[in-house]
Amino acid sequence: MTTLADQPVTASNESFKLSMLLNDTRYRSLTFQFIALVAIIAFMAFVGGNLVRNLTEAGLNISYAFLGEPSGYDINQRPIEYDSQSSHGRAAVVGLLNTLIVAFLACVTATIFGVIAGVLRLSNNWIVSKLMSFYVEIFRNVPVLIWILIIFSVMINVAPSPRDFRGDDAVASMWLFDSIAVTNRGVYLPKPVMGDGSMIVLAVFALSVIGIFAFRNYARKQLFDHGRMVPVFWPSIGLFFIPAILTQFVLGNPITLSYPSLQGFNFRGGITILGSLIALWFALAIYTGAFIAENVRAGIQAISKGQTEAAAALGLRPNRIMSLVVLPQALRVIIPPLISQYLNITKNSSLAIAVGYMDVTGTLGGITLLQTGRAIETILLLMAFYLTVSLLISFFMNVFNNRMKLQER
Amino acid sequence: MSDTQAQTVAFVRETEIPPSPPPIREAGAVKWVRENLFSGWFNTIMTLVALYIILRIVIGVFPWFFNGVWDAGSIRECRDILEGATGACFAVLVDRWDHLLFGFNYPQDAYWRPTLAFVLLILAAVPALFYMYVPSKFLIGTALYPFLAYWLLWGGTLWLPIAVLAAIILTGVVFRLVESMTVSTRTIVAGIVGLVAGVGLAYLLYLGAKELWFISTSIGTGGAFAGLMSLVFKAFSIFTYVFFIPMGIFVGYAIYQSASDGGLVTLVTSLLAIALMMLYAVGPVSGVLNGIIPIELAAVESRQMGGFMLCMMLGAVCVSLSIPLGIVLALGRQSSMPLIKGVCIVFIEFVRGVPLITLLFVANVMLAYFFPPGSGLDLFLRVVIMITMFSAAYIAEVIRGGLAALPKGQYEAADSLGLNYAQATRLIILPQALKISIPGIVNVAVGLFKDTTLVSVISMFDIVGMIRGPIQQSTDWISIYWEPYLFAATCFFIVCYSISQYSQWLERQLQTDHH
Repeated sequence: MTTLADQPVTASNESFKLSMLLNDTRYRSLTFQFIALVAIIAFMAFVGGNLVRNLTEAGLNISYAFLGEPSGYDINQRPIEYDSQSSHGRAAVVGLLNTLIVAFLACVTATIFGVIAGVLRLSNNWIVSKLMSFYVEIFRNVPVLIWILIIFSVMINVAPSPRDFRGDDAVASMWLFDSIAVTNRGVYLPKPVMGDGSMIVLAVFALSVIGIFAFRNYARKQLFDHGRMVPVFWPSIGLFFIPAILTQFVLGNPITLSYPSLQGFNFRGGITILGSLIALWFALAIYTGAFIAENVRAGIQAISKGQTEAAAALGLRPNRIMSLVVLPQALRVIIPPLISQYLNITKNSSLAIAVGYMDVTGTLGGITLLQTGRAIETILLLMAFYLTVSLLISFFMNVFNNRMKLQER
Repeated sequence: MSDTQAQTVAFVRETEIPPSPPPIREAGAVKWVRENLFSGWFNTIMTLVALYIILRIVIGVFPWFFNGVWDAGSIRECRDILEGATGACFAVLVDRWDHLLFGFNYPQDAYWRPTLAFVLLILAAVPALFYMYVPSKFLIGTALYPFLAYWLLWGGTLWLPIAVLAAIILTGVVFRLVESMTVSTRTIVAGIVGLVAGVGLAYLLYLGAKELWFISTSIGTGGAFAGLMSLVFKAFSIFTYVFFIPMGIFVGYAIYQSASDGGLVTLVTSLLAIALMMLYAVGPVSGVLNGIIPIELAAVESRQMGGFMLCMMLGAVCVSLSIPLGIVLALGRQSSMPLIKGVCIVFIEFVRGVPLITLLFVANVMLAYFFPPGSGLDLFLRVVIMITMFSAAYIAEVIRGGLAALPKGQYEAADSLGLNYAQATRLIILPQALKISIPGIVNVAVGLFKDTTLVSVISMFDIVGMIRGPIQQSTDWISIYWEPYLFAATCFFIVCYSISQYSQWLERQLQTDHH
C-alpha cells in the first residue's frame, strides 16, 4: 500500500515540494491511487455501515448455519442421495450438480448444432445456406428466455400424458420397442443395471478406447516413417464396439437394461429425463448453437482463399482440404469465442428457474432463500459458485487454446 | 467486298451467324439449379432435406396462421369458432394488446404518453444514428429527449426535468466562466472553493472513519472470519482517522494551487455547483414554478409499468448509461496505476463471471440493505443499477479490445505532440478505439435488450412476465402459449434485427481503409 507518508522518503535527495504530488508525473499516479484508495474505503464505509444498520434494524445477522439445517423440500432430479430431511447445504450441492449436468449437455449439443449450421451456411447450396441463415437470425434475435418458455410449453402441451399410455386402446405408445416413453412429464429411457462381471465389460471397453488411440498413433507413425497409409476409420469403429460386445456375450449379459413401465399414474424404472431439463437443454443448445454457427462461419471465412487454392493445387480432395488445411487453422479463430459461448451457456442455465428445473439458482437462490430468508448469504454463495465455475471453464479452455495455438518462434 | 477478290467467288457470307442459344441444360434457371442445388449426390440429398423441412414448416404454419381467429373473448370461444380445425387464436393479442405493450397497471387514459415517448425516441435517435446525413443542430433534440421522456413516462410536473436541465446548463456556464477568468480572479475563487472542498472532504472522511469503527465493533463477534473482518475495518478506520485532516488540507491546497492552469479548480467548482443545485435548488424552484404555471401530468409509479414498454425502457436507459461507464472501466483496466487497474479488473471479471439473474436477485432482495434505512429506492431503479453494471462490464471488455487493437504508434504520436492523458484519450485514442468497437458494443446492446426479459423472474411484469402471469393464468386465456410468445418473439426480433443491420451499415460507413 502506498501512502502519502512514504513519498517524501523516496524523494529525499531532491527538495520535495507538496505541489510535486500533483504536477510531477513521477508522483501524480501515486496521488491518484491514494485518492482512489480513500474513495474505496469511504464507499465501503457507506455500504457496510448501511448494511450493519439495516441488518440490526431487521434483527438479522450474517450466518451460514442454515446450510446445516434440514431443508424440508423435495428436488425432482437428484444426481446424489437427497430427501427433504437433508440439509440446505446438500440441496445446494444437488442444485449445483444439476446446473453442471444441463450446462454440459447444452455445451455439447450447441457445439454440434453450431458447427453443422456454420459449415452449411457457407455451402454453395442456395436453399441450405438460406435455411441456415434463417435459423441463425431467428434464434439470435429473440431472447433465450422466450425460447425456453416456448419449448417448455410445447412439451407439456403437445406430448401425451402418462395416462394416455394406459389400457388397450392407448392414445400414445412408447418408441423403439417399448423402451422410450415421451410424456409431458419427461422422457423415460432404459437404465443399465450392473450385474456380476459388468466391471469386466467396462474394463474391456476402456481398454479398447485406449487401443484406438494407440492404433491411431501407430497409423500416423506408419504414414510419417514409411509413407504407408493405414486405414483408421473402420478399424477404430470396430475396436470401439466389438471387444466390449463380445465380452458382454461371453460373460452372459452381465449388463442388462431396466425398461420404464407404466405403474399407477406414472412411469417407473429406467432413467427419467425431466421435461424441464429437456426444454432448458434444447433451448440453450439451439439458441447458443446459432451464435456458435456465426463463430464457425467467421472462423472459416477468416482463412484466406489462397490456402484452399494451394491445397487444391497440391491435389487434395475437397474433404481433405477442409479437414487438413482449413479446419485446423479455423479452429484457432473459433476457439476463443467458443469459450465465451460455453460460459454463456453455464450462466444462462440459471434461467432454469423459469421452468422449474432445480439447478443451483432454483435450490439455493430459490427455495432455500425463501425458506430461510437469508438473502445476502445465499446470493453471495450463488455468485461464488458461478464465479468459480466460470473461472474454471475459462482456465481449462485457455489451456486447450494455448495447446491449439500456432507455435510462433 | 467482292471487288477486292481476285476471282469472283460464288458466295461469301458478309455477316456473322448469330450465336445459337446454349443448350437448355447450360443456361438460365436450369443451369443455376443444376449447379447450386443438384451438383452431386450429397448436394441433392441436402436440397431435398431442406425442401422437406421448409415444406413441413409451411404446412404447419400457414393453415395455423391464416385460419387465425382475431375476434373472440376467450380461448374457449376461439375453439368454438375454429370447430376443431387448426388455427391460431390471435384474439388474445387483440384482447390483451394494451397489457402486452404497457402492462396491466398503467393508467389507461395515459397510454398516449409511452406511445408518444416511443415515437419521439425514434425521432431523437435519428440524428444520433445517421449523424453523417442529419445537420448536427438536431442533436440538441436528442439531448433534450431524456428529460421529455422522463416527464412523459413518469408524469409529475414538467418543471422538474426543466429545472434539472437548467442546472446542467448553469453548470456548463460556471465551467466556462471559471475557465475564462484571469489568473488573479481565479486564485480568489480557487481559494474559496479549495477551502470549502477541503473542509467538506475532511468532514465526510471523518464521518466515514466513524462509520468504519462502528462496523468493526458490530461484526466483531462470532467466528474467526468475522474477527478478521473486524480487524480489517478497524485498520481502515484508523487509517481514515489519521488521514482525514491531511487529505482535506492536501485536496484544498491542490485546488488552490491549480489556479494558474485552471484544470482542477474548474472541475471542482462545476461539480460543487451542480451538487448544490441538485440538492437545494432544483426541487424548490420547480415547485415554485409549478405553482405559478402548472404543467402537470398524472404521476405514474415505476411499478405500474410493464409489458414491452418496460423492456424498451430498461434497454434504452441501461444501454445509454452503460456505455460511458464501460469506457471508464476499459480505460481503468488499461491504466498504469496498479490500484485502479486492480479495482477495474476485479469488477469486470466478477460481473462477467456471474449470471444476470443473480445480479437481479441482488437488485430484488439485497441491494436495499446497502442503502440508508428508509431510502426506499424503487425496484425499477435498483434493476437499472444492476443491469447497467452488468452490461458496462461487457462493454468495457469490448472497448478494451478496441484499445488493444490500436497501433502503439498512435499512443506515441499523441505523446510526442505533447498532449496530456485526457487530451490524447479524448482526441486520438477513443475515437479510433470506439470505431473499432462498434460491432461489439452493438452486440452487447442487443444482448442486453434481450436480457431485459429476465426481470420477469423477479416478478416485474415485462412482456414475458405479462404472458406468464396475468395472461396465462387468467380464466379467459388459460395456458395459451404459441400466440403470445410468438408475438413477444416478433417484437424482439424486429428491434434486435434492425439494430444489428444498422450496425453492419454503420461499419461500412466508417470503413476508412481500403479493401
